[in-house]
Amino acid sequence: MPESARKIRVSCVVNGSAASFEAYPMARLLDVLREELKLTGTKEGCGEGECGACSIEMDGALVNSCLVPALQAEGATIRTIEGLAIGDTLHAVQRAFITHGGAQCGICTPGMILAALNLLARHPQPDDAQIREGLSGNLCRCTGYMKIFESVVAAVRQAETPA
Amino acid sequence: METRVIGKSVPRKEGREKVTGRARYVDDLSFPGMLHGVTVRSPAARGRIRAIHFEGEIPWHEFTVVTAKDIPGKNCIALLIDDQPCLAAEFVNHPEEAIVLLAHDDKYLLEEARRAVRIAIEPLPAIFSIEDSLARKEIIWGQDNIFKSFYVEKGDVDRAWSGAEFVVEGTYETGAQEQLYIEPQGMIAQVNEAEGVTVWGSLQCPHYVHKALMMLFGLPRERIRVVQTETGGGFGGKEEYPSMIAAHAALLARKSGRPVKIIYDRAEDMVATTKRHPSRTRHATALTRDGKLLAMDIDFTVDGGAYETLSPVVLSRGTIHAAGPYACPNVRIRSRAVATNAPPHGAFRGFGAPQSVFALERHLDRVAEVVGIAPEELRRRNFIREGQTLAVGQVVKEKVDMNDLMERAFELSGYHAKRKRFTETNSDSDAHGGIKRGIGFASFLHGAGFTGSGEEYLASEVAMEGMADGTVHILAGSTEMGQGTNTIFAQIAAEALRLDCEQIRIVQPDTAYVPNSGPTVASRTAMIVGKLVETAAAGLLKTLQDSGLLRNGYGAADFSRACCLYVAKNGALKSFVKYEHPHDLHWDDQKYSGDAYGAYAWAVYVAEVSVDTRTAEVRVNDFVAVQEVGKVINPVLAAGQIEGGVAQGIGFALYENVVWQEGRMLNAQMTNYVMPTSVDLPTIRVYFEEIPYGRGPAGAKGIGELPLDGTAPAIANAIVHATGVDVRRIPITAETLLEMLEAVHA
Amino acid sequence: MRAYLPAYEMETPRDLAAALDRMASAPGVWRAFAGGTDLMVLLEAGKLPHKRFLNIWNLGELRGIFVSAEHVTLGALTTYAEVQRHEILAREFPLLCRAAAATGSVATQNRGTLGGNVANASPAADSPPALIVYDAEIEIVAADGARWVPYDSFHSGYKKMNLQAGELIRAIRLARTHAAWRQYFRKVGTRRAQAISKICFAAAARLEAGRIADVRIALGSVAPTVLRAVQVEELLRGQRLGSVDCSGPQDALSAEIAPIDDMRSTARYRRNVARNLLAEFVETLAR
Repeated sequence: MPESARKIRVSCVVNGSAASFEAYPMARLLDVLREELKLTGTKEGCGEGECGACSIEMDGALVNSCLVPALQAEGATIRTIEGLAIGDTLHAVQRAFITHGGAQCGICTPGMILAALNLLARHPQPDDAQIREGLSGNLCRCTGYMKIFESVVAAVRQAETPA
Repeated sequence: METRVIGKSVPRKEGREKVTGRARYVDDLSFPGMLHGVTVRSPAARGRIRAIHFEGEIPWHEFTVVTAKDIPGKNCIALLIDDQPCLAAEFVNHPEEAIVLLAHDDKYLLEEARRAVRIAIEPLPAIFSIEDSLARKEIIWGQDNIFKSFYVEKGDVDRAWSGAEFVVEGTYETGAQEQLYIEPQGMIAQVNEAEGVTVWGSLQCPHYVHKALMMLFGLPRERIRVVQTETGGGFGGKEEYPSMIAAHAALLARKSGRPVKIIYDRAEDMVATTKRHPSRTRHATALTRDGKLLAMDIDFTVDGGAYETLSPVVLSRGTIHAAGPYACPNVRIRSRAVATNAPPHGAFRGFGAPQSVFALERHLDRVAEVVGIAPEELRRRNFIREGQTLAVGQVVKEKVDMNDLMERAFELSGYHAKRKRFTETNSDSDAHGGIKRGIGFASFLHGAGFTGSGEEYLASEVAMEGMADGTVHILAGSTEMGQGTNTIFAQIAAEALRLDCEQIRIVQPDTAYVPNSGPTVASRTAMIVGKLVETAAAGLLKTLQDSGLLRNGYGAADFSRACCLYVAKNGALKSFVKYEHPHDLHWDDQKYSGDAYGAYAWAVYVAEVSVDTRTAEVRVNDFVAVQEVGKVINPVLAAGQIEGGVAQGIGFALYENVVWQEGRMLNAQMTNYVMPTSVDLPTIRVYFEEIPYGRGPAGAKGIGELPLDGTAPAIANAIVHATGVDVRRIPITAETLLEMLEAVHA
Repeated sequence: MRAYLPAYEMETPRDLAAALDRMASAPGVWRAFAGGTDLMVLLEAGKLPHKRFLNIWNLGELRGIFVSAEHVTLGALTTYAEVQRHEILAREFPLLCRAAAATGSVATQNRGTLGGNVANASPAADSPPALIVYDAEIEIVAADGARWVPYDSFHSGYKKMNLQAGELIRAIRLARTHAAWRQYFRKVGTRRAQAISKICFAAAARLEAGRIADVRIALGSVAPTVLRAVQVEELLRGQRLGSVDCSGPQDALSAEIAPIDDMRSTARYRRNVARNLLAEFVETLAR
């Protein structure tokens, strides 16, 4: 078998902590997160950048981790679903997804929540069109999206009322 | 009757795990020494396997290789019959049929190896359409390519034609639809002397897999164990297929002596696993001068693919639903499931009914046009009422008023005003940027539970256990896959025991521990199994009360204490319930008539669309779903089911087109097999009416499949209203619609 | 994931000069890898025959959007997200912003680059028609120098382009001459978001004294490369608004394009919709 690549060592920050792993340079960041760093919250749904189940935040931007080669994670700041809750305290978006039915089978949920967070970072008070647009790269087969929108709206409302 | 937790939107039981990424799906699991497995599949649609060549620069000695020869028991995936091989031995009958299995610990090398296996197949003539199958262009299955046929007769159809003022005929077709659960199929298997065969995976029916593995391995019940992992969507796609992938993983595990994980990528999942049966329905309908149904002659055919699998049952449901919620004195339904050389088609939410209901509801709008009355008027004159009989002879015992449902749906959707307004504005669509608008509806019903004697045959069981710490465990083979099984079971038990849902645990479906509650399909989980949960809870409560350890007006702490004491004294506190078929439900399998289902959900759906005549793009602008479903156990979960089902129905009608090439799905990527995104769907507005059903838990009926029946025909009828084209087939692709628009324009 | 990873190499050059030297040192061996939104899909499908890549994602020389009095010059690594955020682009080059918003999804727009899109040369890409309309020029660099190529002669055939081994796209330059033109963009995809185009239509017209003084029309997904409909432009130039004869230009369009049947759509659909979109474009000019 023609084998010219050697595994490389990559250092980055994942969920606020320094992380380091070995991988082939073009290994998918998705696989690295799941297999090397044991962060299995990020999911594979399609392997072609179409479903968004693998969405993570990389250097502040929402990206499909199935489309990022490991080498390009060098020096990056990455946030996955595991980095949202603080101890046992869920993020408002996570809470809303539970109370408002945003999660059914849950496989799209990590990516969807990351996408929702990214949307709210860009549009803290999104209107209906902006919510739909912001989540349009994340496919959900269970909900028809209705309760996902409601969950986002609920999270925004919760952010408006001081705790 | 006032309820404590039933009827409340109790948060999803496993919600926290799902929103934190801690829920463990099969691909999240890893075992020490685990190998990866892949499947080498047939390149041909039909033929004789001549040779298997292991080529390339692959270190084959490192690989575990499994073929049909390695199967210890019977080479079949047991289901209704045993015609489907686990691994093709001499003949292949569809593209992508599994032939060789490989395992290795390097999953990248494994993929190279898969590519390096060359299967030499001497092709045989294959058939790919219902027409060719019925014409017996080739006999590819049995004596006549027919897996199953049904004949339903009510009254005397042939005599009715002479008295008819109107006779309307039509042929309608539906295409294949891919379930497209976002989590692809996967299994992990382990085989050892100590425990036998154990599989963990994404599945809906652990006991189906269990039964299949027993036959494949020739092992007794206690040597096979099936565990459901968190399942990322099923919709029927994980009803029967998981038995195949479990078998494959287990065979590799047996031969290698190591745990083996097989995870399909999206392309393999799409191209190799089941899809909704394509269908063709022919209607001939006779009516009186007043637009009352006199006779319905229905011919219904589904394409089952290469092996029987569940086609007889899909055909059954489609057949029984083919004549809809209408009173018609004379009905004949002739139906059949036929074989073609495609991967077997299988269960997908609705299970035959979306196919036959599409045909009926499209047809009735056309019938109304011929009779010269509005489509809703035709329905009004013919809706079935309590005391009348459905096509299969079942007397309706429910108090539902379909006219009321229809009027409510019309009011909520603004149907009448829009019907009128759109007709006016459509005449000058150029003034509206080429956009034509339409509004249409479908009226339908969906039976919950297994058909006829099915539930009796399933003889489902549920167990419940009161633990020393006061929690109550529910042991059932019913699975959670997003629809809310865990939560509603907890609610039902909590209600019966007067506890909070937090005190109820749902034991992970594991055939070593839970009884067979039947498959998680057929809109039966709430109504049938939920009732068993309710009964088991009542039984548990009675045991405690009879023991004197629990007094009236007890609180949660009292209950806990009582459990603790009872267990300490007696060793265990258990209750066990088995399904009992209601004495007043009778079904005749020979005549295919009688009480098909214990209860039905009834619905009217209204779709509003806009059609861009320049591009033939269709947009659903508004959707109203009104249904009577018995008691709603959890409003958020129930609405979620309808919303998600409508979304799948919109996909079925407009977006989801399987492109076939000689039995193989050509567009097996999410880029090219398209489901709606968040910007493609309208606000889906869901309304429930509740007439409690005496035999359901707290009065609940089943709703899981209902939305798939009425969504597509409502949209099709709306498109007809908008454009005047005569839709006969779904999916309605823009390409076809543009041609039809041009023809209408000309 | 169907690629044999040990066969794939990727290096990160320290700067553009180093990247170009590496490419020159072994012609055809090293290829540029930017955001990966096209190449990774091929990799995962097991359909990426090329095995050695240079990670150019961090090369500052290829980033940035520079505005002068006459031009807007976008670094090759400008992402679709960056295009949409830029005020001058939004104001003066709306077709490019519309194309960027219509490409993929939020996540892919954060990683997909204009340079990558041009070099990938998919006939179904949405930005190329906008680039054609804006008379874009492509700056190409190699170890031994740089050159500018007008974009509308950059592609010579399906996946064939004026880019040699050892060359990289450095920038895309747009002349700020279209701001006052009437602009039209329409993508017809398989759905409203995250869709591959069945047909993409970008056009702009300069109106003067009630006539179409000048016009640019470009389409995607109707030919092996992005197509500039020069015959159609010819027929529209000089026509008086309100009495534009569309049928001649529509027939010319039918003849100029070469749509095919594929998994997503049919030649007939593409051809008829192209005609309809042309009429729709002309209709918007009259308003």
